[in-house]
Amino acid sequence: MMSLDFLNDVRRMNKRQLYYQVLNFGMIVSSALMIWKGLMVLTGSESPIVVVLSGSMEPAFHRGDLLFLTNRIEDPIRVGEIVVFRIEGREIPIVHRVLKIHEKENGDIKFLTKGDNNSVDDRGLYKQGQHWLEKKDVVGRARGFVPYIGIVTILMNDYPKFKYAVLVLLGLFVLVHRE
Amino acid sequence: MLSRSGRFCGKKNTIRVCFVFFIHLFLGCYHVKKKMHFVVLIKLTKNVEDFTGPRERSDLGLITFDLSADLKPIFDWNVKQLFLYLSAEYKTKNNALNQVVLWDKIVLRGDKTKLDLKDVKSKYFFFDDGNGLKGNENITLTLSWNVVPNAGILPLVTGTGHISAAFPDSYEMTKNY
Repeated sequence: MMSLDFLNDVRRMNKRQLYYQVLNFGMIVSSALMIWKGLMVLTGSESPIVVVLSGSMEPAFHRGDLLFLTNRIEDPIRVGEIVVFRIEGREIPIVHRVLKIHEKENGDIKFLTKGDNNSVDDRGLYKQGQHWLEKKDVVGRARGFVPYIGIVTILMNDYPKFKYAVLVLLGLFVLVHRE
Repeated sequence: MLSRSGRFCGKKNTIRVCFVFFIHLFLGCYHVKKKMHFVVLIKLTKNVEDFTGPRERSDLGLITFDLSADLKPIFDWNVKQLFLYLSAEYKTKNNALNQVVLWDKIVLRGDKTKLDLKDVKSKYFFFDDGNGLKGNENITLTLSWNVVPNAGILPLVTGTGHISAAFPDSYEMTKNY
């Protein structure tokens, strides 16, 4: 009889602790979301951090490097800058360098880009008949970078099973870990 | 006494070192404006169909230049490579500001840092957006570089000492580029 009472206590305690751990997990997820949204506001970019997906900017950036972007409208686009842009109708952002700009008095600008590791400019990548990029195509300007770290995102994309494994492991870790 | 000195070699010092390291990572001074020597020879303008894309007839400028520079002072412990580029900036009737990269070079850590190039032709076609090169007296050429660190900030620096050049008043009628 004594042992059963004891078990009830333990079961009750574990439930409370379980609720606590779930809340803990929720806190972590919402903090991460807040930090991400905060970064978006701070940098003015909808994608403050991007992972380099191709080798077109080697040897500066390799697949898997992480880039930190800002997208302040007041920042003028000038040659030599590394911009991240999206071609109208395409999802994937491209990280290349500005090669040529023509800016009118009123601030309207059209510019051409090229990857450091490519032998030709990006006109082949633009839409059919499109010769220039405009401000609206820009997602952000690369201001800083950290090598290698983004490889995890690429792995998770290429191997969805890996992504689930990581998420499950993370979830388990948070739930099981006692503060 | 021994236990006291042991305390100094502890966590505080490592934290302090890491802090200084990270500050340098993000505030490292690449704003050293170095004087780069380059001489430019502007040859001629042609008026051709811009075959690199837009089909309108635009002015094509042809430039050769000499360049001598010492890049060693720019390389510090955190510099992985330099992206060096020579750009021309000018104003035309069509556009208030035009910038064209004429030539670029990647200098990796370990490469020769003393450059002494002669008679270099521009790497990229110097097409204007329109006909603003002919007779343009004020083409400013500058040498700039993008510092790519091992990790950290990506600054763009412009060297001091720009050169001003002018295009001739008439088009060159020869066939070859």
